[in-house]
Amino acid sequence: MSSVTDVKDKSPLANLGDSGAYQKLLAFASLIALLIGFSIASPNFMQTSNMIAILQATSVNGVLAVAATLVIITGGIDLSVGTLMTFCAVIAGVALTYLGLPLLFGVIAAIAAGAFCGLCSGTFVAKMKIPPFIATLGMMLILKGLSLVISGTRPIYFNDTPGFDQISRGSLIGEVIPALPIPNGVLILFLVAISASYILSRTVLGRYTFALGSNEEAVRLSGVNTDAWKMRIYALAGGICGIGGILIASRLNSAQPALGLGYELEAIAAVVIGGTSLSGGRGTILGTLIGALIMAVLTNGLRVLSVAQEWQTVVTGAIIILAVYADMVRRKKSG
Amino acid sequence: MDKQTPLVDMRDIQISFGGIHAVDHVSVDLHPGEVVGLLGHNGAGKSTLIKILSGAYQADGGEIYINGKKAEIHNPRDARRYNIETIYQTLALADNLDAASNLFLGRELTTPLGTVDDDAMEAETRNIMAKLNPNFQKFSEPVSALSGGQRQSVAIARAVYFDAKILIMDEPTAALGPHETQMVSELIQQLKTQGIGIFLISHDIHDVMELCDRASVMKNGKLVGTVNVDDVTDDDLLSMIILGKKPEGVAVQS
Repeated sequence: MSSVTDVKDKSPLANLGDSGAYQKLLAFASLIALLIGFSIASPNFMQTSNMIAILQATSVNGVLAVAATLVIITGGIDLSVGTLMTFCAVIAGVALTYLGLPLLFGVIAAIAAGAFCGLCSGTFVAKMKIPPFIATLGMMLILKGLSLVISGTRPIYFNDTPGFDQISRGSLIGEVIPALPIPNGVLILFLVAISASYILSRTVLGRYTFALGSNEEAVRLSGVNTDAWKMRIYALAGGICGIGGILIASRLNSAQPALGLGYELEAIAAVVIGGTSLSGGRGTILGTLIGALIMAVLTNGLRVLSVAQEWQTVVTGAIIILAVYADMVRRKKSG
Repeated sequence: MDKQTPLVDMRDIQISFGGIHAVDHVSVDLHPGEVVGLLGHNGAGKSTLIKILSGAYQADGGEIYINGKKAEIHNPRDARRYNIETIYQTLALADNLDAASNLFLGRELTTPLGTVDDDAMEAETRNIMAKLNPNFQKFSEPVSALSGGQRQSVAIARAVYFDAKILIMDEPTAALGPHETQMVSELIQQLKTQGIGIFLISHDIHDVMELCDRASVMKNGKLVGTVNVDDVTDDDLLSMIILGKKPEGVAVQS
């Protein structure tokens, strides 16, 4: 047997990544092909400013996609990531602009609100046994409504909180290396992604995330309190959406309560394009990042080529179907 | 052996699903170092009975005593606290995880930093597999890539690794070839000598005649009776299973 060779250098979870390696490679190749294609099609595409715009756009969607990845690996789905992001942005607005709290408190309030809402979704799913699709669909609407109610349907501006816009728009890297003005939002996305990746591969929570998506009943029979762990995973995902809320609010220097709907689909698309299985048990954060980049490049490139917004949506939809189909073909082959 | 306190004493257990009495006032017991076979057709209630002991189901009525003390088993975690380990017929493996992650599922070894210690878990898995199934080499593949026998090995390793006192084996040889079945038989003999009590669920009378000390036969959720295997013939057991008839001239507990 081929596996008799020593495989000590491979962490047990490395092969979880490997199982989606083909899809990830495909996604990465698609990303490169898109970059080359758009560069040839338009001289404006490969400009530094445009690249930064792409990264900036990736940061928010990427963070939400990381959150969605965690939930999807458990075999669930989170439709509330977009409106939860907005809700957390509004909470930050309440804390900073209405209550005049210091910057750090606004950030903490947003993340805590996200984690709490995630915990609610997790409770609906784990304790009340509501299917994740329905539970988070309900949560999506609740949060959309609450955002509008709390803000009085008006944007909350952060003009009184100096430095708030720098959270996303500033560039720590650019200050050190002026040639690389990578916005902080991207830096935060990377920190979130690395943390999530670490949690998935090195902690018990991560182990149970994959195990729940593989065979929830087996996990329960193994004496694991599956409900409690599932709730924790949803709460973690919610907290990450809170970070997304800070990023979007900082980028716009305002909390826009009407925003958010549609972001969940972009995030889920990024997750799927990145090779995470919608049936659970398999997925990687790296794949999700590539997926989020593809989505951002595609949207940006089509815009640079002056393709109508309506057609961008059509293309996105087609790509999701292709990505899922590629995943299914691959799984059929590997049995 | 009836003089000593039984390791497990399940008394008057009942459970219903939607009006069907899946287990209807059944009592069975198990002594240290003893193998008790649970026999019956599909749907006789033997798996359901045993899932009550392993915490997968909660009984509607009846009591469980472990070493003479009343035990409260509400979920699989409780069962593990009583050193009850179960090899489920479905194996209950997380397919996308590797052998070590499955073996330690729910009882992960961690580093001082609180992260999962995959190296230690894999080393332990290699150790136990070297004893249980020396041919087993697929340590880094997800268990979905393993053969039926290899998957069974993982499930058995998980049950025996953590110092089980009470072992429940639900059709442990159903997916196995003759060679692996022999290994399971040897393992059962070895565990017996260590004083572990084993409930062996099977529908194979020959397995039961060979491996078990006593056999409890169930039919339609009810206990037909419990007999010493040495006192009965294959035909006696068959007529208990099929007709629900107790053999004549033999001591039958019920």
